[in-house]
Amino acid sequence: MRDHPVLMSVLLALVIALFAASLLVGPAGIAPMQALSALLRGDGTAEALVMREIRLPRALLAVMIGASLGLAGAAMQGYLRNPLAEPGLIGVSGSAALGAVIALQTGLAASFALGLPLAALTGAALAVGLLLALAGPRGGSLTLILAGIAVSALAGALTALVLNLSPNPFAAAEIVFWMMGSLVDRSMTHVWLALPLMAVGWVLLAGLGRGLDALTLGEDAAETLGIPLGRLRLMLVAGTACVVGAGTAVAGAIGFVGLVVPHILRPFVGARPSALLPASALGGAVMLLAADVAVRLVLPDRDLKLGVVTALVGAPLFLHLIYRTRAEGL
Amino acid sequence: MGWRGGSELIAAALALSLGVGGAAMAGPPERVVSINLCTDQFALLLAAPGQLVSVTHVAADPRVSAMAAAAEGLQLNRAHAEEVHALAPDLVLAGPWTSGYTVALLRRLGIAVAVIPDVRGLDDVPEALRATGAALGRDAAATAMADTYAADLAALRTAADAGRQPRAAIHNPNNYTSGAGSMADQILTLAGLANVAAEVGIEGGGWLALESMVMLAPDLVISAEPYPGASRAEEVLRHPAAQALAGPGRRAALADSDWVCGTPHVLRAATRLRDATATAAP
Amino acid sequence: MLTLRSLSVARGPCTVLDDITLHISAGEFVGLIGPNGAGKTTLMRAALGLLPHGGQSSLAALPAQTRARAVAWMPQAREIAWPVSVETLIALGRLPHLATGARPAPVDRAAIDAAIAGMGLEGFRTRAANQLSGGEQARVLIARVLAQDTPLILADEPAAGLDPAHQITLMQAFAAEAARGRSVVASLHDLGLAARHCTRIIALHRGRIAADGPPAQVLNAALLAEVFHITAWVANTPYGPVCQPLEVLG
Repeated sequence: MRDHPVLMSVLLALVIALFAASLLVGPAGIAPMQALSALLRGDGTAEALVMREIRLPRALLAVMIGASLGLAGAAMQGYLRNPLAEPGLIGVSGSAALGAVIALQTGLAASFALGLPLAALTGAALAVGLLLALAGPRGGSLTLILAGIAVSALAGALTALVLNLSPNPFAAAEIVFWMMGSLVDRSMTHVWLALPLMAVGWVLLAGLGRGLDALTLGEDAAETLGIPLGRLRLMLVAGTACVVGAGTAVAGAIGFVGLVVPHILRPFVGARPSALLPASALGGAVMLLAADVAVRLVLPDRDLKLGVVTALVGAPLFLHLIYRTRAEGL
Repeated sequence: MGWRGGSELIAAALALSLGVGGAAMAGPPERVVSINLCTDQFALLLAAPGQLVSVTHVAADPRVSAMAAAAEGLQLNRAHAEEVHALAPDLVLAGPWTSGYTVALLRRLGIAVAVIPDVRGLDDVPEALRATGAALGRDAAATAMADTYAADLAALRTAADAGRQPRAAIHNPNNYTSGAGSMADQILTLAGLANVAAEVGIEGGGWLALESMVMLAPDLVISAEPYPGASRAEEVLRHPAAQALAGPGRRAALADSDWVCGTPHVLRAATRLRDATATAAP
Repeated sequence: MLTLRSLSVARGPCTVLDDITLHISAGEFVGLIGPNGAGKTTLMRAALGLLPHGGQSSLAALPAQTRARAVAWMPQAREIAWPVSVETLIALGRLPHLATGARPAPVDRAAIDAAIAGMGLEGFRTRAANQLSGGEQARVLIARVLAQDTPLILADEPAAGLDPAHQITLMQAFAAEAARGRSVVASLHDLGLAARHCTRIIALHRGRIAADGPPAQVLNAALLAEVFHITAWVANTPYGPVCQPLEVLG
């Protein structure tokens, strides 16, 4: 807020506007004033039920998960000094989905309250750890993307396998949800399920700014500027795992948010990694809210997956970035 | 799940094809294999003892098969041509939605395939019964069953209360519902209920968003019992907003195996639903 | 400023640095010379505590935060990951002096401005640092080191890639720092620059100190032949010591 008051205000205004839009758009067609009053009243009427139990959790989750993905993307890119790093693309979200699916199908999710997000967190943490180990500290683009492809493919295959082994015939059809993500018909239960871990992750990632700034100069320089790199790496892995794990556990893997948002906002914050963190959090919330409103406007009843919209925006940008990175020499 | 879905294939489905491929049949078939859940039901209802060799594996699942008990002891298949061929049947019963590749392959292998016509409404049941009977060489039994069904249906229709109709919503996994003209809609009508999906113009199968259903405020929500193991599709059935609909003055009812296929069991479903709502109607 | 006692570094079975003992005092501008692979970079990184090592280094013993205010390090790899402005990049040198989340105080601004002026980067303040030419980037990174405003500067080949004018500017800037009572240790390949500007030269050869002393003393024919396998023209001139490499020894 302090360094880029205009940008942050604009983003905040967009979050508020789109949050309102998310509350007001829906197949039930409740008039805006009526909808807001029903939201505040919260009596047992059908309007209040729709607003409080269906639309509010959906809008809240869009903000929470969008902010998480934007933040995680900005943090990973800052750490690896690579604009292609994104939790969805390099298999972190996919691995979180695998963790979630295992928790659901083994009954772990039902056995204790945080079983589902914790299992997703574990999946995400393993993937981030593996990727950092494979791609090395400097995060060479080629290694990162190749390792990401392998992790994504493995996580996707195992997710499909677990779902196919489920005694539930509907589960097998839900690979699409886990791979593409959706916020349809989530409830406040999901909000409360995701929030604690996400909050922990936000705190961890928000604390990375100083270290990521210093890393602009490379590992050695950062270390001699007094940055404890080991702790930084640990905070990054844990923070990313928390936010991506908790988000994926309730909404599936949503790709490209962490790629598109930091890329668009980077010029506005003078490319400073620390300033990019809060901006990307707000930007991620904007993008996911917008995408979630879009899926409702385009195909109201069909549960169009969020990942479809984010990929339609993000994949061309990703190709463009690869082209540019290649031009600069990998 | 014969009556769900489109309509164009019905003409093709009616083409009852017997004895194609050269295996000349003098008497009724002796080794019958059914490869569709709903033809399973008809075959289990009509086949002579020992005549039916195998039904699909879902026919043994009481959640979707009204004849699960009767399927016990039969070989269970997964409707793959290779395993069906290995069972050496002289007749295969298929539904109109059975994979065309499987049917064509079986016929090329010289196996007779009877495609039982689709049941899309209460009045289609007798025809499907008779078609199955004809294929199995059990015409007399089929006709008797069809006649009983027609009489029972007529009686239920006469008894149907034309007065105040409680409004019901069919809430299936993934917010799938059944609108006007569907078999489920006809079952509701027969039970003296009005279908809210029809109110908003849904015809046949369709999706009714959870919030739309909440706004329609049905008196009764009818859902199927969830499967073991978790699925997001079924999670919506337990969504707080959906559960609030089952609050005071409202009721939830279970759609069981009697609803799945258009067999005479649908009358049982309608009767049970009517009795349940008659005692609980506000 | 810096004391090394029996410092050694092994990489696998190979000894890269062997029993290095030296002391750097305030006001010294030390040129670290030696052929490729002599251990110059390893010596500086080990002294900073960036490498596992044997023996003692006064810097490596410091807590990270204290060390960051005691020594500034300019690595050989000129890394500027993002298109941050030159001013932002140089301001990173002030990180050790700022509490988390604190904004630069006037004293920080002054240090940044002095570093920018010292490296002649006034016209570059708002340019994207990673889009400058190699030599310009090197000057920006040196300015960052100067902005850190530490009693000791360690720089790994800071003059590489600079044009003659900027090489001289750099050496003069470091010499000025030394004259102010600070110390600079820079690894150098250009023996002429080392001879002309350093107050002391340490020659490394196969992981050991081959010679240590004032330029005129260290840069002699015998040492250049033994360590670098070259001949050179070495003279004391009115401009100070001059060393011009001539031929490779067969």
